[in-house]
Amino acid sequence: MRVALFITCYNDTLFPQTGKAVVKVLERLGHEVEFPAGQTCCGQMHWNTGYQAEALPLVGRFVSQFEHAEAVVIPSSSCVAMMRDHYPIMAERIVREGGDASLPARVAALLPRVWEFSEFLTKKLCLTDVGASYPHKVAYHASCHGLRSLGLGDGPEALLRGVKGLELVAIERKEQCCGFGGTFAIKNADVSTAMLEEKVQTVLATGAEECTGCDNSCLMHIGGALHKLHAGTRTRHIAEILAAEEKGAL
Amino acid sequence: MSVMELDPRTALSFPKAAKMLLKETELRGNVRRATETIQAKRRKLVAEKDDWQELRESARQIRAHVLAHLGAYLEEFERNLTRAGGTVHWARNAEEAQAIVVSLAKEAGAQEVIKIKSMTTEEIHLNGALEEAGIHAYETDLAELILQLGHDTPSHIVVPALHKNRAQIREIFKREMNLPELGSAPEDLAEAARRFLREKFLRVHTAVSGANFLIAETGGICIVESEGNGRMCLTLPDTLIAVVGIEKVLPRFGDLEVMLQLLARSATGERMNPYNSIWTGVRPGDGPRKMHVVLLDNARTEVLADKEGRQTLQCIRCAACLNACPVYRQTGGHAYGSVYAGPIGAILTPQLMEMKHGQSLPYASSLCGACYEVCPVKINIPEVLIHLRNEVVKRHGPLAPEAIALRMVATLFRSERRFRAAQRLGRMAQTLLARRELKIVGQNVGQADWGDSQWIHWLPGMLGGWTRSRDLEAIPSESFREWWDRRSK
Repeated sequence: MRVALFITCYNDTLFPQTGKAVVKVLERLGHEVEFPAGQTCCGQMHWNTGYQAEALPLVGRFVSQFEHAEAVVIPSSSCVAMMRDHYPIMAERIVREGGDASLPARVAALLPRVWEFSEFLTKKLCLTDVGASYPHKVAYHASCHGLRSLGLGDGPEALLRGVKGLELVAIERKEQCCGFGGTFAIKNADVSTAMLEEKVQTVLATGAEECTGCDNSCLMHIGGALHKLHAGTRTRHIAEILAAEEKGAL
Repeated sequence: MSVMELDPRTALSFPKAAKMLLKETELRGNVRRATETIQAKRRKLVAEKDDWQELRESARQIRAHVLAHLGAYLEEFERNLTRAGGTVHWARNAEEAQAIVVSLAKEAGAQEVIKIKSMTTEEIHLNGALEEAGIHAYETDLAELILQLGHDTPSHIVVPALHKNRAQIREIFKREMNLPELGSAPEDLAEAARRFLREKFLRVHTAVSGANFLIAETGGICIVESEGNGRMCLTLPDTLIAVVGIEKVLPRFGDLEVMLQLLARSATGERMNPYNSIWTGVRPGDGPRKMHVVLLDNARTEVLADKEGRQTLQCIRCAACLNACPVYRQTGGHAYGSVYAGPIGAILTPQLMEMKHGQSLPYASSLCGACYEVCPVKINIPEVLIHLRNEVVKRHGPLAPEAIALRMVATLFRSERRFRAAQRLGRMAQTLLARRELKIVGQNVGQADWGDSQWIHWLPGMLGGWTRSRDLEAIPSESFREWWDRRSK
């Protein structure tokens, strides 16, 4: 299959290794990856912070960059949730405000081909073993958008259980938010920190070497606190684990 | 911490109030324990209903239908209650409602009233208005009694004294009821409250209540409760005055079948509330001889007029969203500066204030969606939060520092060329800052793959909120798209 990668703005800038890992996994599975060059951001930060007018132009941008694709893969569940939960109403609003009248239909046609990375593997390709090897003790953080908006369920954990040598451990109260929430982490830094402290305690209680998940945003939040605490435990996107082969991590 | 007055017009912003409350370790422990207990009970009872999702959808449809035909159902309610011997009063706002209740109580010759727990009367600060008119209100719900005697305010919609533990309650009772020998067992505290209240039930002849539902078809009001104090207030006094938000109406008696199943499970984790009272007008020889219902608008029609915000009015005040909320779990209810706390408070309060106050509340959420998941009437709280954030931004104007920053970022996302340039600039800026302000250190925790990763420990201005509790991995030397360019050559 020819897969178009939407890397997302923050993965592109801050976590290029996640994108490289996605490419590696997809190519290993025999798929061809393309990277539409004009892509930037899905608009989540602006939309969720209240800057809706600023987010609207990014809908058309995403659609025109990706509508030709057989499948679009995105290594960030919150960006996929942004599209599924909001793009249809955003497209309608664009029309109401005199914009591109074709957009709602094009959004509706494209969205069923848009997949979060782990979801693409488990639901579209129906795989749980992608040929990875990663002999480490790993805890899985279920980010809220993956859990509640996308309904990823047990998918990411099934993929991790399929990794050779990996010991998967469960985080207590795993459905509880880590406190990231985009600009929430800055606007309500104290509450966000209190939420994060609880999450970090439960992560450390697992004794895992690493904490993984489908969103580098949550992982950046949890990993940032672990680093500040000199905890030794670090975070790593699930794609990087699934990309790892016998000789070690990517 | 000192007791905050729960008035959104004067309350601290959410981040400021939360910062103070986060220091209250005992309070936070109380909130965590209580919400976990209720959640566990709720989960168990929800799991035994195979048709839970169908019930939720049914309730959503009933509530949405009511809101679409609110005027007609309220008039039907008024006709039927009037026919049954009751009287309906219409109050545009808090002041009108206060004045109506005060004049009705005076008409009944009351110097004291007994009250059933009611968030609506808290919303309009009724007790204060009664006090000013020389009428003392006794709260008869155990939790409300604790708050009243402890000069405290509610921190939860269903369990308003949830921030207090048993030892603290005992101290309040000992002091306020003059019981120096009071024991600490739950039975001791319940017995003390019972004796204290029994005397009020028998002495006071006027009751003030809210209502969980109004039934248009019959003109009845439905009140559910757990302690029987409500039943006492409904049956013993001569005069009953119920203050009810206009959105609380249901079309048919039969709708209670859906609503009561959802409400009890969602609110207290019970299959059914211990006391379900439905009172319809007056009858010789039984119950109050005068029954008044004060229908309160207080900006509800403004909420109704907003297509995107109106689902807020579907709420049946079960507080399941509070118990599920990871933000509420940390701060408790007082941080919201309103009698309506938690996720529902974060959307209801600013709307009832017509967006003039409580503007920090729509941001008091990480948008995790736990509230929407448990809501028995399927209010998409995250969606309404986002809508209200947009309303707040519109009111702040283009010169707010945050608006300037976010609009600048938005222009980067509209052009690949500008986005690439910004990535390069960010890398340069962090190196420049590193010399002066940033402490970027190489990391080596003994794992080979950590290699050359760099971390930022301090960021300036607004962004400093991040680095207070989290380090930030520095921007790497090559973006993904630069790597892709190199790879494709």
